[in-house]
Amino acid sequence: MATVFQGLGATAAITAAANPLDSNKFLLSSRRSFSGKKTSLVVVRSDGSLNLNTGSSAGARRLDQLVTNAVATKADAAAAASASKPGHELLLYEALREGLEEEMDRDNRVCVMGEDVGHYGGSYKVTRGLADKFGDLRVLDTPIAENAFTGMGIGAAMTGLRPIVEGMNMGFLLLAFNQISNNCGMLHYTSGGQFTIPIVIRGPGGVGRQLGAEHSQRLESYFQSIPGIQMVACSTPYNAKGLMKAAIRSENPVILFEHVLLYNLKERIPDEEYICNLEEAEMVRPGEHITILTYSRMRYHVMQAAKTLVNKGYDPEVIDIRSLKPFDLHTIGNSVKKTHRVLIVEECMRTGGIGASLTAAINENFIDYLDAPIVCLSSQDVPTPYAGTLEEFTIVQPAQIVTAVEQLCQ
Amino acid sequence: MALSHLSSTRSNRLLRPLAAAASSLCRPISTSTEPLVIETSIPFTPHKCEPPSRSVETNPQELLTFFRDMATMRRMEIAADSLYKAKLIRGFCHLYDGQEAVCVGMEASINKKDCIITAYRDHCTFLGRGGTLLEIFSELMGRQGGCSKGKGGSMHFYKKESGFYGGHGIVGAQVPLGCGLAFAQKYNKDENVTFALYGDGAANQGQLFEALNISALWDLPIILVCENNHCKDVNLFLLLDFLRLFFTLLLLWNRVLNGWLFGRWHGHC
Repeated sequence: MATVFQGLGATAAITAAANPLDSNKFLLSSRRSFSGKKTSLVVVRSDGSLNLNTGSSAGARRLDQLVTNAVATKADAAAAASASKPGHELLLYEALREGLEEEMDRDNRVCVMGEDVGHYGGSYKVTRGLADKFGDLRVLDTPIAENAFTGMGIGAAMTGLRPIVEGMNMGFLLLAFNQISNNCGMLHYTSGGQFTIPIVIRGPGGVGRQLGAEHSQRLESYFQSIPGIQMVACSTPYNAKGLMKAAIRSENPVILFEHVLLYNLKERIPDEEYICNLEEAEMVRPGEHITILTYSRMRYHVMQAAKTLVNKGYDPEVIDIRSLKPFDLHTIGNSVKKTHRVLIVEECMRTGGIGASLTAAINENFIDYLDAPIVCLSSQDVPTPYAGTLEEFTIVQPAQIVTAVEQLCQ
Repeated sequence: MALSHLSSTRSNRLLRPLAAAASSLCRPISTSTEPLVIETSIPFTPHKCEPPSRSVETNPQELLTFFRDMATMRRMEIAADSLYKAKLIRGFCHLYDGQEAVCVGMEASINKKDCIITAYRDHCTFLGRGGTLLEIFSELMGRQGGCSKGKGGSMHFYKKESGFYGGHGIVGAQVPLGCGLAFAQKYNKDENVTFALYGDGAANQGQLFEALNISALWDLPIILVCENNHCKDVNLFLLLDFLRLFFTLLLLWNRVLNGWLFGRWHGHC
């Protein structure tokens, strides 16, 4: 069953406790208590090795199990791999492609434009096979002119098309900053509401494996001030597909942040059509002692740290905020009211990053519920070095998260 | 125009014979719809294409509507200038007086399904696309009745239903948007074109050349119009003005000096 989610109007995009529509909440809560559904988590460790674990799904009735086991035991893992489980298993880039393909089938106005998206299939294989299926005009290979083709996407969106502009790396979209800020973000307002810009701008960003400073940028901090746009960050195949579909259906311009290192995550997702709410945060692991807010790749560092913390006797509540603009202060606020301690773990730079804004928002709204100052762990304010060891030092590692939680929970 | 008004005033017995005489002196303007073929004076310089024909078919009535529209636009721009100097229009106010023929001529050959997008010198283009003077002046003065509800200002006039896409403040940024409009027309298989207007300043912008490249690559139905009003060359004229001022002052000083040295003033005391 498919529902259509209408995003908040651009001029009303405020970070106050924006309650999602009742029907949406009902849908999502029913999904969470979907019996038998287990999400498979692939934990990417900082030294590059992969750990296939099955994490427990978020359900209030399973709280007592979760305190002792941050990850499922061997028996659960065996059950999860059985063929009788509903849904199908795929990688994150395949989930993105599935979402994209379903939306392109559903609506003729949806088109993709970007560098190498057509015949090459996308630099991260997200659009593989789509050019053969939908034709050259719907999956458009652009020349290397970000400013021009982003502007082109925005102009096409003004007439009613629903383009998806792919930046080969988010960092390249800096060249299109004028178009994104002035035209994409502001046209709805400066035209007095005449035009909506239903564009999706997506691409991989974040720190990868020794890609160098210019290809390891986190643009969410630069874009967050632009009035009129929405930003979401996906972290699992489930929410990648859901957010992609919701972003395409939204009438607002949405920037979807993916991460270079998360494209090969494997997870089992439902067969039936679903959408994730663009403005809602995801409860990854309920807890009692401290709220850890994170997004994108840092979610996996946090979950790895959570394993260690559980062994040490702490009970962290992990929330993947997903919606970077506006923040889901409803979910976050409820969590703060429960735990009274907040740790923000992000990959953005320390100065002016998402964590800085989130700290300010929580302090403004929930200062009375905090027992300790908010701690924000972010990347160092340096260009990302090429050398692997140095690169590891610039981003937040699980050990730092464990230390921070221990300090906060004293 | 004043004469025709005079001749139409009612029951003014004193002026009636005067008015009758005046109307006979008034030169009549033809409103016939007989086709008239006009040859434009300056030849086109083509580059890798066939130049369009220099003969344009029109009729006196249409020419009269052109004149009326251009005259309205001129008066509107002059009024906007006065309002700006009276600080009733704030911020920026870029005027199109002198260039009215460009947008009027363009409008004459297209329909409302064709798209026009331009930069910030958009008052007359908006009027040509079907905007009203009330909408224009309301927007310029920041009122709700403006075309963008007072939220845009001089540089952000839009009219979606007539295919006018603005109205953009950043030099050159409207040209890639124009490519997007043309792309959408090609995508939807509309038999329409997009006009993307820019100025001599925007001709320096990299995004213009990117847009030209993209338009050629995908054969987009776009016509890029460069309106060279030499606004970019403001520095040259400013320099000439300063030179003129300097020499005027020099002459004045020369006269003062002569007057004092040779005592010509003594005769006047």
